[in-house]
Amino acid sequence: MRLVLIGLTAGFFSALLGVGGGIVIVPLLLLYCAFDARSATATSLAAIGVIAVSGVIAYALHGDVRVEYAALVGLPAAVSVVGATALQQRLKTRTIELLFAAFLFGVAIWLFVK
Amino acid sequence: MTYVLAVLLGLAAGVLAGMFGVGGGILFVPTLIALGLDQHDAIGTSLLAIIPTALIGTWRQARYGNVRVRAAVILGLVAAASAQGGVALAESLSDGTLRRLFAGLLVLVAAQIAWRARHREA
Repeated sequence: MRLVLIGLTAGFFSALLGVGGGIVIVPLLLLYCAFDARSATATSLAAIGVIAVSGVIAYALHGDVRVEYAALVGLPAAVSVVGATALQQRLKTRTIELLFAAFLFGVAIWLFVK
Repeated sequence: MTYVLAVLLGLAAGVLAGMFGVGGGILFVPTLIALGLDQHDAIGTSLLAIIPTALIGTWRQARYGNVRVRAAVILGLVAAASAQGGVALAESLSDGTLRRLFAGLLVLVAAQIAWRARHREA
């Protein structure tokens, strides 16, 4: 039942904002479903694939999908995710997380004033 | 030059996807906007760009035995349905409104990641 509620929330917001939904799914799995961090991130990635397919079909019907740009950013990411999952099995990620948080905050400011 | 940067940000998105279980869209959307796409196109395109990363990331994680299949199926199917509502709302919003919503999401995510990083050490 909790999984259904998490799925409903994640699907809606991820399709609305173009993110996969891991941002919603991972913390909720950790907090309410007693998942450990690795199962939560892994299970989230699997669900994200399904959400993205559903969202893409709907946006494509509105003419909002640019395939060449998707390949430009999506294919390098598909390559580097392999290395990252290997790293995740042994790395302490605290510093990376704090840098990433600061970076996202900067991007948010840019988008607000754009 | 811009395209080189786009590829580099794509690589970074993959790293984040593997480490944090996010699909990379949080980086794809701003990258696509920097390349000149409007907010709606950036969101639709980001979702397509997410798919290969999610598939490959899932395959690797499954090899480590980390994927809980039953939970993933429930989450995915329910979310695929509610995603249609998200797209309908996005299509009814203006580009500027949608962009500010996305910026708000970034602030929340940044706060959440920083919080997680601080509490892990404690």
